Amino acid sequence: MIVKRQKLTLWERLYLPAVIGGFKVTLRHFFKKKVTMQYPEEKWVVPPGYRGAPYLVKDQEGNTKCVSCQLCEFVCPPKAIRITPPGPDWKLADRPNAEKMPKEFEINMLRCIFCGFCQEVCPEEAIFLQQDYSLTSNTREELIYNKEKLLALGGQHAGIQKWKQKAEETKKQEAFPVKP
Amino acid sequence: MSQAATTQSSTPPPVEKITVKVDGREVQVPRTTPDPISGRPIPTTMIQACQAVQVDVPHYCYHPKLPVAGNCRMCLVEFGTPALGPDRKPVLNPDGTPKIVKSPRPAIACATPISPGMEIYTNTPAVKQMREAVLEFLLINHPLDCPICDQAGECKLQEYSVDYGKAESRFVEPKVHKPKRVDLGPRIALDDERCILCTRCIRFTRDIVGDDALGIVNRGSYSTLTAYPGKVFDNNYTLNTVDLCPVGALTSKDFRFKMRVWFLKETRSLCTSCGTGCNIIVGSREDKIYRYEPRQNDAVNSTWMCDYGRLNYKWINREDRLSHVRGPNGQRSGWATATKDITERLAKAAPGSVAIIASARQTNEELFLLKKLAAKLNALTDSVPRTGEGDRLLLNPDRNPNSTGARLIGICTDRMGEQIPKIAAGIEQGAIKTLIVFGEDVTKHGISAAVLGKLETLIVSDILPSETAKLAHYVLPGCAHVEKRGTMTNVKGRVQKFMKAIEPPGDARPEWEFLHELVFQVTGSDGYRSIEGLFNQMAQEVPAFNGLTWATLGDTGVTVPT
Repeated sequence: MIVKRQKLTLWERLYLPAVIGGFKVTLRHFFKKKVTMQYPEEKWVVPPGYRGAPYLVKDQEGNTKCVSCQLCEFVCPPKAIRITPPGPDWKLADRPNAEKMPKEFEINMLRCIFCGFCQEVCPEEAIFLQQDYSLTSNTREELIYNKEKLLALGGQHAGIQKWKQKAEETKKQEAFPVKP
Repeated sequence: MSQAATTQSSTPPPVEKITVKVDGREVQVPRTTPDPISGRPIPTTMIQACQAVQVDVPHYCYHPKLPVAGNCRMCLVEFGTPALGPDRKPVLNPDGTPKIVKSPRPAIACATPISPGMEIYTNTPAVKQMREAVLEFLLINHPLDCPICDQAGECKLQEYSVDYGKAESRFVEPKVHKPKRVDLGPRIALDDERCILCTRCIRFTRDIVGDDALGIVNRGSYSTLTAYPGKVFDNNYTLNTVDLCPVGALTSKDFRFKMRVWFLKETRSLCTSCGTGCNIIVGSREDKIYRYEPRQNDAVNSTWMCDYGRLNYKWINREDRLSHVRGPNGQRSGWATATKDITERLAKAAPGSVAIIASARQTNEELFLLKKLAAKLNALTDSVPRTGEGDRLLLNPDRNPNSTGARLIGICTDRMGEQIPKIAAGIEQGAIKTLIVFGEDVTKHGISAAVLGKLETLIVSDILPSETAKLAHYVLPGCAHVEKRGTMTNVKGRVQKFMKAIEPPGDARPEWEFLHELVFQVTGSDGYRSIEGLFNQMAQEVPAFNGLTWATLGDTGVTVPT
């Protein structure tokens, strides 16, 4: 396909009118409200629902909520999450009644694309995309966050305590007269 | 079970075929099928007729290799039979077809025999409602532990709930809670809450294994699976109940919480722990083996495998695997240098001064290449017998997976190991100066370290470090069976192939690859560079394997006369 080149008109060839037009835009902005921000001294206010870095959360009693089901690892599009399951011999979960928690949980923040699939897929409400958007470090290794770091950054989450509810239910039934 | 296997392999007497209709499709089904336990003919059931036309009828308690229990009610279907008039003659429709009377009640497909002209309906609105209702009942007390349940991903309850279940639960009462983490046996952990009481495990251990160890106690919602008091569920086949369990009630202590099943790559392979050669599926992820599971092959292992073979995989991921080619005095070497050096040494060796001790754990192809090498060098060859206690089901007293192959290829005679004293004496007298050892620690089998010290050249290929490998002039790191492809011949002469699941560590290479190079350089005759070609060449040259090709072996192998 041949694109036809339009000849410039005389007005356009004069050049100066276009320059003046440009300066007019600049001048207009001198008298408008500033849109820039003095980052990093001045920080941006993160709106609710913002998808920042994913962190693990603890429940009201400070226990790990994650049960190492590895659905986030499976769903993660850039494969940023890596979970080491506890295996048969590792200790039981710190939260009563749930038998399983991750031995190690790593998120490579360099790989993470902040899509929020992990939060969406989590059956335990244990991982949330929070408000951190500025993740920096001097080395690549530092940006692979391990379980301790993710839990420390994630804080507490006041959600339902599924396993605790179940434990209470079980306890009530122990009193029920069906014991042999 | 062995009886059933033989009845299947020998030609059974012709069975009368009857015609039934499944969802409007006509199918010819034998009137009787052999009982999975005794092999006696028993009436064919509706579920088998449905399977014949690939119509999937959901089921929990039914298993083709177990006696029918009919307790889960998941396979309920509707059916109709030809109407009979008062004269016991079929009533015909105006168009001449037999009139079908639909049964007023549904029937369980797994336990209802078929009759001529029967019509089975598996997708009527009533059937859908029944499935929904059965699932609702099964889920009443099911704990929804899926995030922490090892069965998640291969759970029939999950699958059928998605396919046939209701989206939401109407059950608002608290669920009945039962014991979790029950220690049922040394290899089995039981979660009673998850159990749907299908009794597959009970029937398996009673009727297949003959160890009546399990049973259900209590009533109604409180029914609980337990081992009989004072009995431990510890026979050699307990882990099959984990495969059989449609939910996550019975879990393997070995595999517990190790990896979610959807991450595992499944590779068709063979168990190499005894001469039976059970067909297996290897579950691996990122070059690590997580589990073995049996794969159906009615000519070998039905759908079972023994715990001994199933748990015998941990050595593959061991840290101290031989992973470097080493030359004289233990220095690091490379494949090209080592092959060249070995070729030179073998070329200089006088005929008869070389002996080869192969392993009956090697593949047919590797033994075939070693035999070629032996023929060229006029070498004595033998292998090391390995025996243990067998049982009546699957475990064979011969613990070598390929003794038959070694015998058929001519590596050893019927009395495996009879040449080893001769080889030892030959080394002692100085007649044998070069010894090639594959996959065996000969210091434990009659050739002591002192005797090995007298050799001019000791070439060892092995997977794990051994005394023999320590003394070797050349160490060639080999592969476990899950790291290469090949074929093995089981005790009954079944030639079966296995596929590669993971990458070998370090320099390690499949033995057939470097043996092929070595044979080429020593004998000067080139062979095939692919395992398929190599197998086909072996099939032409070894009389016992004549007529076989890699392709015709299929997934379940071919039996050759032994």
